[in-house]
Amino acid sequence: MPDGHDLFMCPTHTDRERTLDICDLSKMFGGLRAVSDFTMSVPQDGLYGLIGPNGAGKTTVFNMITGIYEPSDGSIQFAGKEINGLSPHVITLAGIARTFQNIRLFQNLNVLDNVRIAFHQHAGHGLLEGITRLGRFGQRERVITESAQDLLAVFGLQDRQFEIAKNLPYGAQRRLEIARALAAEPRLLLLDEPAAGMNPAETEELMAMIHFIRDRFKLTILLIEHQMRVVMGICEWITVMDFGQVIARGTPRDIQNNEKVVEAYLGTQVGRERLHAS
Amino acid sequence: MRLRRAIPTWLPTLLVAILLFVAVSWAKSTDRITVYWFQVIQLAAITAISALGLNLIYGFNGQFSLGHIGFYAIGAYGSALVTKDYMATWSGNPVGALSWMMAAQLGLVAVLGIVSGLRIGDRRKTLHAWATKYVLPHEARTITAVASLLMLMVIVAIGAAIAWVAQKALLALLVATLLRLSQETAQPILFALALLNGGTMAALISYLVGLPLLRLGSDYFGIATLGFAIMVYTALQNSDMVIETMKGARGMVAIPRWTNWGWVFAGLVLALILMRNLIYSSHGRAIKSVREDEIAAQSMGVDITRMKALAFAFGGFFAGIAGGLYAHLYGFLHPSTFSLVRGFDPLIIIVFGGLGSMTGTVVASAMFALVIEGLRVVLPQGFEDWRFVIYPVLLLLVMLLRQQGLLGTNEWGWLRAPLPPERDIPVPARQPGTPQVVTASVEEEISHA
Repeated sequence: MPDGHDLFMCPTHTDRERTLDICDLSKMFGGLRAVSDFTMSVPQDGLYGLIGPNGAGKTTVFNMITGIYEPSDGSIQFAGKEINGLSPHVITLAGIARTFQNIRLFQNLNVLDNVRIAFHQHAGHGLLEGITRLGRFGQRERVITESAQDLLAVFGLQDRQFEIAKNLPYGAQRRLEIARALAAEPRLLLLDEPAAGMNPAETEELMAMIHFIRDRFKLTILLIEHQMRVVMGICEWITVMDFGQVIARGTPRDIQNNEKVVEAYLGTQVGRERLHAS
Repeated sequence: MRLRRAIPTWLPTLLVAILLFVAVSWAKSTDRITVYWFQVIQLAAITAISALGLNLIYGFNGQFSLGHIGFYAIGAYGSALVTKDYMATWSGNPVGALSWMMAAQLGLVAVLGIVSGLRIGDRRKTLHAWATKYVLPHEARTITAVASLLMLMVIVAIGAAIAWVAQKALLALLVATLLRLSQETAQPILFALALLNGGTMAALISYLVGLPLLRLGSDYFGIATLGFAIMVYTALQNSDMVIETMKGARGMVAIPRWTNWGWVFAGLVLALILMRNLIYSSHGRAIKSVREDEIAAQSMGVDITRMKALAFAFGGFFAGIAGGLYAHLYGFLHPSTFSLVRGFDPLIIIVFGGLGSMTGTVVASAMFALVIEGLRVVLPQGFEDWRFVIYPVLLLLVMLLRQQGLLGTNEWGWLRAPLPPERDIPVPARQPGTPQVVTASVEEEISHA
């Protein structure tokens, strides 16, 4: 198990290969401190959860990791390199891909193109080769298309490759978004509320799918989730946030019994019962 | 789908292109159309080239630009200076203007190359971070600003030196080659060079203008490019202060009338090939992804600033080429041709034809010319001005009944997205214990239906 016992220590040593090290990360929006001294480290090959009530700052943390927001303070290291302040596309190239809370597909493009776009930066051909159709164009284009189709097949979308993304049913859009993120060949995959808007059966499928992705693509997964069932069911290690701060971390069992977490979530006896019920 | 694979898509497209070319040439040579209508057809094709560029910027890349006419003007005047020099030497040497123009572009490219090669932006940040350690923040800012300015001045000086040396070399080269040829041989070469230079000049300037402006959101970008178009217009009004032969507000005359149907048609075909190949390449997909969702595009590794600048530069290139063809169609250029009102023509065309449709742009350009000029013939004497009532009403109707434009994002023939070769996609066998997670659940299908 990763060393998470000390809540507020910044990681200084490596006892296990780390993927992501976040230290004292803060984000101010004007006078509002959305995230304050957030510290977290994610070792390799695991399923990690980031939970917390609405407005706790979870998505803000994701946005800072992926470079969409520039942190006000603190450091983010990925595979031992500082990525704080880099552009989002550079961070993606370094090996972090993500999905979004409210699905952000390229809505008017077809399913195949949605996935192929993610290959552009690391497997694309040159501009001149594209315009003249010479050089590596044919070979690269074939590799990109075939890899994209293979990836779609993994997610059961191979028969829908020419459909327009926005016409897909909700569950298929979620799967497509994950397929697209995987096409960027990440070592760390960030999932922002993947079960949002799903019914229990779909959620069940999703949980199995996340396991499947981790095993098949050999990557680290960090996910934000509201549904306790999902988090408790699949995460090996959980960090809990409230009001922009870390209030607890540990295994699902630790978290379930943590007074602070229960309080943050519901503040009552009911909350405790809910947590245990899941 | 099956039929699409049976016939190669280029075949019907090639036939239509040949038919169009032959039909117009034949109609002209047998006097079935007047010189006036012949000019209208050529102008429609020229407008189509320019509109294709704007469609790349607005339709495919999603950046609302009102400055397209500015790049059209740059291409027009740029190439006109070159050809006028050859025919009626105004710079002291028949190929002087050409050498200067090529050299200036070389200098600009050199400056851009040095700035990106030495990663000046990163160095600026490093310097700023280093300076903040020793002095107060505002002092650090001043030091950084002064240092960057000095760096930039040195780089620009180097660029200017490169341009100066290159001009001498190019002039000598051009005199030794182009001027040795007879005028019949030299003329098409020079015209092609002039058009190309007008295009690349417009592309370079749009790249330079685009880099800072494209960081703005789409509406703000529209206003900023409008500012650029006004700047170009004002500069053209007063152009005789810098280059006498451009004649400013009086209008530039004595430009050789070299544009003919062959040149225009070749230009349009090349523009379509270039655009189609770009759109259906890795870069093209990245360009479209920026239009769809900037944040998602960034998160998929697309450098959105670069893609916007790329689309903007290509769009400028198309406008520049079209401007060059226009300049040599009538042999006369006046700043009022490049006023803002005319600038809306390509915008109307691409919205009318369908944002994100090359076929739509070409069809709409033809219809645009046909409607405006056709009404002139159809309407009775004294009522010609009513065409500016009828045509806006037509526009209103199209927008009310078909917001996506004539073709939406649909394409025809060879311009359609090429289908990937058919293959059996291997569906991974699921290991025992792995649930059927990744296939669509029945419930989902029901809920969707």
